[in-house]
Amino acid sequence: MHTDQDQQSLLFVESAELDSPVAAQSPAVMEKKVGKRKAVARKSTSNTKSTGKSNAPMTAERMASQQREISISEFFAKNRHLLGFDNKRKALLTTVKEAVDNSLDACEEARILPDLSICVTQLEGDDRFRVTVRDNGPGIVKSQIPNIFGKLLYGSKFHRLKMCRGQQGIGISAAGMYGLITTGRPISIRSRTSPRKPAHHYKLAIDTKKNRPDIMHDDEVEVDWPHGTEVSIDLVAAYNKGRQGIDEYIEQAAIANPHTRIQYMNPLGEEIVYDRGVDELPVETREIRPHPHGIELGTLLKMLKETERQQVGAFLQGEFSRVSATVCKKVCDEAGLTQRSWVKQIDSGTAERIYKAFQTVKIMAPPTDCLAPIGTQQILAGLLKGLKAEFYTASTRNPTVYRGNPFQVEVGLAFGGNLPSDGLARVIRFANRVPLLYQQSHCAIFRSVLDTNWRSYGVSQSSGALPGGPLVIMVHFASVWVPFTSESKEAIADYDEIRKEVGLAIRDCSRKLQTFIRRRKRTERESERRSVFFRYIPEVANALQAITGDAKDGLMERLNELARMRTELADREMDEHGQIIKRTRKDPLLDDSTVIVERETPADEHDESLFGGHEAKRMGKGVASKRKRKVSKKKRR
Amino acid sequence: MAKKSVKKTVGVRGKATSGSKKKSARGSGKVRNGKGGDAGEKILGLAEMVVSQIGAAENPSLSIPIRSLSNVSFNARKRIIEMGDNTSNRPFFDLGNAKRFMQTMLMSSELLKLQDQAKTTSIRDMFYHCKHTIEGTREETFDGQDESDPVIEDLEVTLGVLREELRVFANPGGSMVGPMTIRDAGDEIELSRMGSGGWAVPSIVEPGVIEFLKTRAKFILLIEKAAVWMRFNEDRFWESHNCMIIHGGGQPPRGVRRLCHRMVYELGLPLYVLVDNDPWGYYIYSVVKQGSINLAFESARMAVPKARFIGMSSYDAAEFDLSPSVTIRLNDKDIARAKEIMAYPWFQDRRWQREIKHMLKLGVKLELEALSNKEFSFIADTYVPHKLKQAKWLD
Repeated sequence: MHTDQDQQSLLFVESAELDSPVAAQSPAVMEKKVGKRKAVARKSTSNTKSTGKSNAPMTAERMASQQREISISEFFAKNRHLLGFDNKRKALLTTVKEAVDNSLDACEEARILPDLSICVTQLEGDDRFRVTVRDNGPGIVKSQIPNIFGKLLYGSKFHRLKMCRGQQGIGISAAGMYGLITTGRPISIRSRTSPRKPAHHYKLAIDTKKNRPDIMHDDEVEVDWPHGTEVSIDLVAAYNKGRQGIDEYIEQAAIANPHTRIQYMNPLGEEIVYDRGVDELPVETREIRPHPHGIELGTLLKMLKETERQQVGAFLQGEFSRVSATVCKKVCDEAGLTQRSWVKQIDSGTAERIYKAFQTVKIMAPPTDCLAPIGTQQILAGLLKGLKAEFYTASTRNPTVYRGNPFQVEVGLAFGGNLPSDGLARVIRFANRVPLLYQQSHCAIFRSVLDTNWRSYGVSQSSGALPGGPLVIMVHFASVWVPFTSESKEAIADYDEIRKEVGLAIRDCSRKLQTFIRRRKRTERESERRSVFFRYIPEVANALQAITGDAKDGLMERLNELARMRTELADREMDEHGQIIKRTRKDPLLDDSTVIVERETPADEHDESLFGGHEAKRMGKGVASKRKRKVSKKKRR
Repeated sequence: MAKKSVKKTVGVRGKATSGSKKKSARGSGKVRNGKGGDAGEKILGLAEMVVSQIGAAENPSLSIPIRSLSNVSFNARKRIIEMGDNTSNRPFFDLGNAKRFMQTMLMSSELLKLQDQAKTTSIRDMFYHCKHTIEGTREETFDGQDESDPVIEDLEVTLGVLREELRVFANPGGSMVGPMTIRDAGDEIELSRMGSGGWAVPSIVEPGVIEFLKTRAKFILLIEKAAVWMRFNEDRFWESHNCMIIHGGGQPPRGVRRLCHRMVYELGLPLYVLVDNDPWGYYIYSVVKQGSINLAFESARMAVPKARFIGMSSYDAAEFDLSPSVTIRLNDKDIARAKEIMAYPWFQDRRWQREIKHMLKLGVKLELEALSNKEFSFIADTYVPHKLKQAKWLD
């Protein structure tokens, strides 16, 4: 697989174009670059002669000499923002994210409980980082390593309909490409498939022009782990704590993947370990064939061309899901074919008739066992671990379909407690268990949150804005094909079906939240009531004693008892105060999907948790006012 | 603060009395020296009812007759405003009523002390007497007199006793002169020798306090304003016309109304009322005549259905040829109030409707002082004598 040296030159043409300041800091790279520039110059002279800057009018021939194929790597190297490498900060996040996604997918597919180790270290220079992600997955066969990490659009996931994190096969190779472009250092991979074999160690560059891996280093090494893959990428990046950073990403990933153990070392040298919350892997998902409603005419034509089936009947029944003999017959009738018609003889006109028949014939919705939702209990466990709220609820909708692709929506809400109460609610989005941190406002999930009329559930909301108050809304979208708005996989496209389903799930949860809010208000009212009565009882008892001569103490005792009886609700809530989670039968709120935690936090303890923490720290003012509120609440009691 | 939910009960007065009856049936179980008198007994009855409610683990509550337009009716036969049987329930264990309940009990106990000490005091005094900070809070038992006055009125109607019997009074107001000799708290007073200020009418004018000894007066003239009354007194109108002249300083206080009532019924004197020609003047007349909504329970002993409205009428401006420059344009509030008054059942008389409609038509009001535009003593020398002679009054 060792490629010719010429490829390298092309790589550095790219890096020269970037006019990266990094290049200047590395004399070795610099030297090489200068050399290569000469090479480029030499090459381009021939071009300039014929086309270049001469004023001669363009001819078709001359133009033809400039017209050539653009490699996908070239395209993305120039348009790296499409892949999520718009800025240094996002580049770091995307790199970690792609590596983590790949690792988790690999582990789950091999039915291994994932155990990840993520290490981000700062190298010499302000903006150089090394991201190393290691998993305990099955490892990668030696011959595939260069393709997987050194070639864009190479992967196992694009051609199938299965719920997994990765889709296109761009991610990790793009990250490697970015690293290479910005630092000149190749991506390093160590992978071991079995404890009986040593690990392979590769260093790969990407030939952007040919979209081909370029092996810089290849040997076998001893490692102390039995199997798995370790990717290491050097890149120019920026590390920030706080929102939209890798810390947040990893924390959210831990929530959405409670079966994963993550050991994370941040650039400051702090190690954070997210322990496994569940010891079971998500249900293994089945791969499904495309559903007739979900394909486009072009796809159909391609399938017709590629299929090995001879006859139309076999093709339809064999290549699509939910096409039974009956459906197949109907489609054929509609399209004016018989089931015996030869696939080879179908022209584009006939194909179009088949396509139209797909739309008119009634076909059962696709199977949904291809989806593995996180699960209501797991969402609750994740939220409980991550947020110091008072009320948690979650809901998993039944699977449904958009454009022939099955999908499923889950929503979790956390409310009250130590969540910041003076800002807007937070929306955390997941697609196939991958946290989405950017482009919130372009996402169907976010729009569904906006569309929900939160006020009718007792949560404040100004028009066109997120709901306000101490609220976190978590939405998970699971599908065999997540319709991202761009290759950087940051926002989900706005399909009506998706928006509707997310809205319904939110409402499921909001109804419970509403019950909780109402109940809490009632409790507050009741205890307010009681305090009013207790305040006046001594006066009344005094007066009665003065008039009738009945003993004041006895009267007061009886009145206090009456007051307690009459404010029973307040009493009950207060009695069970110390108890952390209350569960009683009959109560609509207290089924398995809801958890209520009583929090009596000391005024000086503020939210250090994953969602509120950084925010609270940044907005010092907000924290102060929150404290004040707590104190005054106490005083009232 | 009054509860909206109106319960028809047989009447709390009955209840309260039954409470006191129960007490007396039980004999002198409680140590009371009896100095409190009837009012004291009733307060005790009320308190014992509350105690027994507490004993029975009920929500202690008072049911208090409603003192508002919704619970008064005009008795066309007696021609007075009477209070209906609607009561509002005032339970202690109710957020909206708890404080008022506490205040009522507090006021009851303090009023009882007043009875026991046989002292008489003002309602403002009672406010200060009952005001203190509730222990352990920053809350006051009473925030202002506007909270304590209604509580006293509530107790009057609930217990079915008069304010005088409770030994409290409002600020006195009003003066009277005329050819009459009375005994006031034991002192004999000749009301024709009271100088320019007249005899100040006290708040409590019950037979035990005020007694009429002898009089030559033929009628009583009740004047709205003190200043106009001064004119009549300086001109010695009472001497030339053999009458009592009395004023109430605007809306006449209870003492003045009660005194008029007594003079009318005990001495058989007719009562003439002289007020401004505006809706407020009409209403002062109507309160004197039929009683007020707020004190409907006292109508029987205060109202004078025979009282005659001598002026000023909306027709007077024309009749006495008054200059248009002494009239005042009716404002929006005046017009609204006039329409309100027209709707009261006791103003349904045809002549009254005509009178008020005429005022609205002219769109102006007249003050008594407007008559001075002609001459200083026009009102006493010409206006009133003319009206009396011509029998030009409404009743």
